[in-house]
Amino acid sequence: MSFLKIRDLSVILRGTNHRLLRGVSLDVGATEVMGLVGESGAGKSMIGKAVLGILPRSAKIVGGSIELDGVDLLKLPPRQRRHLIGQKAALIPQDPLTALNPARRIGPQIGDRLVDILGWEKARARARTEEILHDVHIPQPDRVLRAYPHELSGGMRQRVLIASAFAAEPRLIVADEPTTALDVTVQKQILKLIFEMQARHGTALLFVTHDLGVVSKICQRLTVLYGGLVMEEAEVGAFFEAPQHPYSRALLAATPRHTDPTADLTPVPEAVIALAQRAVADADLRWHS
Amino acid sequence: MFLRRLLTRIATTLVTLLGVAVIVFAVIRIVPGDPVAMMLPPGATEADIARLNAFYGLDKSIPEQFFIWLGGVVQGDFGTSITTRQPVLGLVLSRLPATLELSIMALVIAVALGGLVALTGTRLRYTRTEGALDVANGMALSVPDFLWGLVLILLFGVLWPVFTISGRVSPQLVPEFATSFFLFESVVRLRFDLWLDLVQHMLMPALALAIPLAAIIGQLLKQSLKETMHLDYVTLARTKGYSENHVILREALRNAVLPTLTLIGVQFTFLIGGTVIIERLFSYEGLGNMAIDAVINRDLPLIQGIVLLFALLFTLVNLAVDLLYAVLNPRLRHA
Amino acid sequence: MLDGRSLVKRTAGLRLWLSAGWLTALVIGAVFAPWIAPQDPLMQDLFTSRLPPFWMDGAEPGYWLGTDSLGRDVLSRILYGGRVALIVALIAGTATALIGATLGLIAGYYRGWTDMVISRLVDIWMAFPPVLFAILLIAVMGTGLTSVVVAIIVIDWTRFARVVRAEAMAQGAMDYVASAQVAGRGRMSTLLTEILPNVLSTIIVLLTLEMGIAVIVEAILSFVNLSVSTDDPTWGGMIAEGRLSIHQAWWVLVFPLVALFLTVLSFSQLGEGLKDRFDPVLN
Repeated sequence: MSFLKIRDLSVILRGTNHRLLRGVSLDVGATEVMGLVGESGAGKSMIGKAVLGILPRSAKIVGGSIELDGVDLLKLPPRQRRHLIGQKAALIPQDPLTALNPARRIGPQIGDRLVDILGWEKARARARTEEILHDVHIPQPDRVLRAYPHELSGGMRQRVLIASAFAAEPRLIVADEPTTALDVTVQKQILKLIFEMQARHGTALLFVTHDLGVVSKICQRLTVLYGGLVMEEAEVGAFFEAPQHPYSRALLAATPRHTDPTADLTPVPEAVIALAQRAVADADLRWHS
Repeated sequence: MFLRRLLTRIATTLVTLLGVAVIVFAVIRIVPGDPVAMMLPPGATEADIARLNAFYGLDKSIPEQFFIWLGGVVQGDFGTSITTRQPVLGLVLSRLPATLELSIMALVIAVALGGLVALTGTRLRYTRTEGALDVANGMALSVPDFLWGLVLILLFGVLWPVFTISGRVSPQLVPEFATSFFLFESVVRLRFDLWLDLVQHMLMPALALAIPLAAIIGQLLKQSLKETMHLDYVTLARTKGYSENHVILREALRNAVLPTLTLIGVQFTFLIGGTVIIERLFSYEGLGNMAIDAVINRDLPLIQGIVLLFALLFTLVNLAVDLLYAVLNPRLRHA
Repeated sequence: MLDGRSLVKRTAGLRLWLSAGWLTALVIGAVFAPWIAPQDPLMQDLFTSRLPPFWMDGAEPGYWLGTDSLGRDVLSRILYGGRVALIVALIAGTATALIGATLGLIAGYYRGWTDMVISRLVDIWMAFPPVLFAILLIAVMGTGLTSVVVAIIVIDWTRFARVVRAEAMAQGAMDYVASAQVAGRGRMSTLLTEILPNVLSTIIVLLTLEMGIAVIVEAILSFVNLSVSTDDPTWGGMIAEGRLSIHQAWWVLVFPLVALFLTVLSFSQLGEGLKDRFDPVLN
């Protein structure tokens, strides 16, 4: 039984006919880690944003359904939708430097949802906040609670954001390229932390990334996107043994292997891109008719 | 570091005040016509004039007069008013509370109105309502307080006379209070009848002063709110399940307020400057009204005192805003 | 698609045309006042005092907008008052722009001690209540057109100096200025041929706005009876009289107020419109 069930989701650029997502269908199981991969502009972030209801104003959902725990989000009035998302899902954002409010202390930024959305007692929320900061290996949680974001390093802030995401025990977490903005040295630790937290809490995780190497390590299944269209959806093991779609194969060939970083990388061949674009054009043709 | 900044600011403030003093002094000393001669009854002798000139120190050279006056000012002696023959300081201080109450009331109205416009505009951004608000705001912005005062007199003084448009307090209610902060003291003394009467007198002139400032606040605050609404931490707050209103008020507002705050400082001094003509227009017994009378009566010591007090007020407001900015911005506070 | 900005933009052209239209009408009315005005603006006649405007009972033909308590024709006085307002706007506005912009250019381009002196003066000026300062100056200099113009220059030059200084500083840091100097051009010539043309649009926008401000300042001064003269009709003077007889004859206040309101609004709309036109980045 999948926790997140997306069917035929279409998103257009507002005011145009141009589709950013072309009928995407996707399932994420209750404790599953799903990797969402593709080149930039493939629409992978767009899916995460659509699920969390934070699409930019320029994007507009024009069809399909997003079921979260059996409830179609797109059929709910905005207020209820937001409330439901706040209760059941959370985001680990891309850039820890901009994702914390500079004018608010860390503690309330983690604990506010527990009190306001989940209706916890203040004291309980505070205790939980301290506990979760401890869980993400932040030294002196009580001091960090009272700090402002600018007093913390980038890695620390990303830990805070991970803590904030897991604090309310959400059933689904969307991680939107959570390490791209970080130093290479910190990236590994943060990835490890996300995976550790996911394993401990048994949360479903939608992991948006362009890095197939990362996917091979922490995901169980993955979805490959091109031009807002699903190219292939597979188990991670099977995918890395034998990717089915030519575009997936090309993407894999273009990814550096951690086992052999010196091996030559092949850029995605033009013939394969033409093939992918053909699929996109076909999808548009069916949609417009 | 913070202390040094503060001290530098105080030093520049003092230089500014000295400059104001010099300029007012210089401007006033070139007044054609002899104010002393005007106040004497017909038939006064040359000796009488000379005696009075000596009394007001007008027989000395202008630089000498300046330093004598400045020496007095430093000790709290602003000289003697020529028309009322009372100490300038006492006169000015008796009127200052009225002007301060009016200005602060106007500021409160402006912040409330401007804030409301900005928040409504942000909440309803990209709708027609926002566009209509923008157009109205632009008009409010380009028409000065003097004209708004006249419009309000017409609307609420004549067409629909619900407010009093003249004076500070009804004559039969004039209180015998310890201070001249009537509005404040009437609350402390629980004289709500008087308080209501004061507010009724004050509301129209305060609104006239507030409208242009409200428009400026509305415009700038909305602009920075809208920019803030695109930032990542605001988006993150949305995913937490918070409503748009909550997101605007708790996440965006505090960060968006900072640029507006510096602007309010400068604009508030303009507002205080506007009390001069607005008090005249509404016959409100404040400092500005007294200033115009003083100018018309050529009461030099009184004019000097009032202008200097206004300048002091302006510079203090700017200083206060600087400090407030530092307090509200956590990044500066810890620096 | 409809959204907030489009409403603002769509009405922008219309507002600009209305503003230009009102100002043109005003200029024509002011220039040809002696031929257009139905009555002598100074002629008092107690038999025709407080006549209402034409659509009300008791109105007299020839007194379209009614008369004041001394029987003077409101429309004629508005037309003649418009002369004063426009002359002040033109002369004081231009003179303020010339003086303020010159000081701003010098401060912003030459920097150094001149900049320090001018900036300090601007700071001191910002500590003056402008209206009180203007009233004081008129009281010192005596009433009259020159006094009004001088008072406006004195209180408002900082408006130009501040903005133009900042612009000149920004322009001075640009590459093209440096290359002009490398090419061996003098400072003065660079200032006039490279910097000035680039800040000219800002000056024109400020000038338009300043004209509206000058109209208001003149109205305020004539309101407290310290303007061009006590006899010539002025909008501010009419407003002061109308304020006193507001319950008996509202039209004495309302019509000059409307004229003043529209004029001030038109100048500022024109200024904003020019700003948008000059600054394509804003659109």
